[in-house]
Amino acid sequence: MVGIITYGVYIPRFRIKVEEIARVWGANSDEITGGLGVFEKSVPDLDEDTATIAVEAARSAMARRPVDPEDIGAVYVGSESHPYAVKPTACTVGEAIRATPNMTAADYEFACKAGTAGIQTCMGLVKSGMIKYGMAIGSDVAQGAPGDALEYTAAAGGAAFLIGNERPIAEIHHTCSFTTDTPDFWRREGQNYPRHGGRFTGDPGYFRHVKEAARMLLSKMGTSPSDYDYAVFHQPNAKFPKRVAQILGFSAEQVKPGLVVPRLGNTYSGSSMIGLAATLDQAAAGDRIFVTSFGSGAGSDAFDIEVTDAIQDPAIFDLGQAPTVTALLRDPLYLDYAQYARHKGKIVMQQ
Amino acid sequence: MSVARFWRKIPQRYNLIGTRCESCGRHYFPPRSFCPDCRRGGKIVEYRFPGTGKVVTYTVIRSASEQFENTTPYVLAIIQLDEGPRLTSQVVAKPGDVAVGTRVRSVFRRIMADGESGVIHYGTKFVPVK
Amino acid sequence: MRDVAIIGIGCTTFGEKWEASFRDLFVEAGSLALADAELAGEHIDAMYVGNMSAGRFIEQEHIGALIADYAGLSTRHIPSTRVEAACASGGLAFRQAVIAVASGMEDIVVAAGVEKMTDVGIGASVDTLAGAADREWEGFMGATFPGLYAMIATDYMHRYPLTREQLGMVAVKNHRNGAKNPIAQFRSEITLETVLSSALVADPLRLFDCSPITDGAAAVILAPLERAREFTDTPVRVLATAQASDTLALHDRRDISCLDATVVAGERAFAMAGLPREKIDFLEVHDCFTIAEICAIEDLGFCRKGEAGRLTEEGVTALDGNLPVNTSGGLKACGHPVGATGIKQVCEVVQQLRGEAGARQVDGEIGLTHNVGGTGATVVVHILGVT
Repeated sequence: MVGIITYGVYIPRFRIKVEEIARVWGANSDEITGGLGVFEKSVPDLDEDTATIAVEAARSAMARRPVDPEDIGAVYVGSESHPYAVKPTACTVGEAIRATPNMTAADYEFACKAGTAGIQTCMGLVKSGMIKYGMAIGSDVAQGAPGDALEYTAAAGGAAFLIGNERPIAEIHHTCSFTTDTPDFWRREGQNYPRHGGRFTGDPGYFRHVKEAARMLLSKMGTSPSDYDYAVFHQPNAKFPKRVAQILGFSAEQVKPGLVVPRLGNTYSGSSMIGLAATLDQAAAGDRIFVTSFGSGAGSDAFDIEVTDAIQDPAIFDLGQAPTVTALLRDPLYLDYAQYARHKGKIVMQQ
Repeated sequence: MSVARFWRKIPQRYNLIGTRCESCGRHYFPPRSFCPDCRRGGKIVEYRFPGTGKVVTYTVIRSASEQFENTTPYVLAIIQLDEGPRLTSQVVAKPGDVAVGTRVRSVFRRIMADGESGVIHYGTKFVPVK
Repeated sequence: MRDVAIIGIGCTTFGEKWEASFRDLFVEAGSLALADAELAGEHIDAMYVGNMSAGRFIEQEHIGALIADYAGLSTRHIPSTRVEAACASGGLAFRQAVIAVASGMEDIVVAAGVEKMTDVGIGASVDTLAGAADREWEGFMGATFPGLYAMIATDYMHRYPLTREQLGMVAVKNHRNGAKNPIAQFRSEITLETVLSSALVADPLRLFDCSPITDGAAAVILAPLERAREFTDTPVRVLATAQASDTLALHDRRDISCLDATVVAGERAFAMAGLPREKIDFLEVHDCFTIAEICAIEDLGFCRKGEAGRLTEEGVTALDGNLPVNTSGGLKACGHPVGATGIKQVCEVVQQLRGEAGARQVDGEIGLTHNVGGTGATVVVHILGVT
């Protein structure tokens, strides 16, 4: 049965608080934190980008389980902030984890669900017997335009999942997707910052696709929300995942361990994947996890996952070999807006 | 740095690939294909340094060359890997958090880029470990 | 092997010389040297010129031919050779000239050094100088030249009793000497407070611990000792020439705070001259950074590791001390036109031995020059004495 062999996460150490961003733009920070449920977001260091984050997440995954990198037959990196428009991040990651040269690779873009799209691709390659292991990564150093609502939440981070079918730590029973052509949020080629349709991003965007994909999966599996121990949804803020959970019939307790956005922000392609990782960090054998990602443009990928006893066998999988999401969220280094702008390349430098 | 010169050393830059002489046990970084001690009696094999070590000496660069201008101040150090070889790299830390003897481990970071349209050079830096 | 003498010297002023081109600098130094030796160009048999990086500073290679051409000697078709060993280029050019004369291959040989550094911006200059270190394994990772010497300073101060003040006193002393040197880039004295409050460049080194970017040229003329008095009443004899190499990267050295190449070159020089160290009356050492002077004094064997700071503080290395170091003002106050420095050091020792050093004059019959390339990958040492 195809599933997750190992996983890893990387979150940069720097943070900026919502109240600091609000201070600069003269906004009311209590209203914003109250409205979004987000207090601070992660910021990359001056020498970090989507590729370095992807590599660290992938290396963390490799540290937790003895896998021969030469058996990795595919690497996919999903992001909306790939360092190059042409030259795949996946090649750099493949080289850095020593999976090259006998592998296929490509970069994906599908807004915040590019990483889960990579998981689906790896599942297909593994199930068909074409590869033994596939590495799917969602990594971003997301940009929000200065003064725009997205600036409060656009964060940096990534998660890597190695997919295979020999003694997975969590089986993926099924995946299905709901995809349409919906212009809720976009960025044109060459533009620095994305644009969005305001409130249009809600019901026609996030909620429609997450609900439809989730219901499709429940129907296919013949399950209802109470059959699951945990639920992880894409987290552009804290409100949307809680609301869609409620609409679908999941409880606040099911969603809680995977809700990382309040102290992390929206890591875009990393968002639901880091939420899944946080959930797995504390899951036990037999736990069942419901995951639905969302990417603007738009689409949702839903997954029915069941944790196996391999996760508790340190000879197979040793969580302690790499930092958990909780550990990565600990001991942040706070920046003011000027330092944040420098880190995010928002200051125009002389060429 | 030219495209070819950087590419040629990617295994060293990304993964600290060096060599080890199986005859005498000495490690080499950058890799040597010939052991100066054992000479023809040496048996050289590839060795990947896991990247743990300690700071031998360091400084804080405040005035850098063009490619590094935008990242000052940064800590430059000579690091001794646990297996013996030394190398020069940056330690990602606040200047006050680094001292002679600080234990470090390797991380993957962006080293420099060839302007806004040129190639990005990635490589290995270090961070202090508690 | 014949004995070799210096029969003429010449040095331009050192500084930011906007009106002077690379070619102007060399011609001026060469003319001064020829005038000093009362020699005509036609007497020159060969030339060696030390230059680190004309290719990057002024996009010009083929310096040997260029120099001979601009010396007006193209029709004489003499052999003219550019020598490069980073900051030791000048000292090495001098050594090559000494060997040419000593071997009997050539009789009258010019040894010159020239560097024009200010035609490019500071960023390009700093990057070019980083080529003196290991580009692949030091420069690529963000090492700068001051950064490498700063790491030497950190290691040194971790292991030996050198205070930050003692280090600063090296700069104060050299500026005091430089104030008496008409060719120096910096002609005014500085206080210790100025040094200690100047901007940090690479901790612990500050702006005033570092030699500057400079334009300049110097030239000396060599002849076999047996012919020297045809040209001058004050020939200076080359008692020893020595050169040593070491790993390019600082991290590959046996000991970060000890330049083994200085130790070895020094020992070879003393052996060749057949002299104990006590016979050396004064030194011109390579103080590209204040810490470099500290290490040089020790690595040449004039005191134990860890003692040079105290010697500096006690005034032993001052003009009126027992062992004056860098009477010229060193690289710190004269400036450091890279390829020219090694030749300038020889000029200073010659002036001292001839009694022509004016306000900088010290007593002495034997002087030593010490020129370093990079962080110690090349070291050239010469011992010169009155005849």
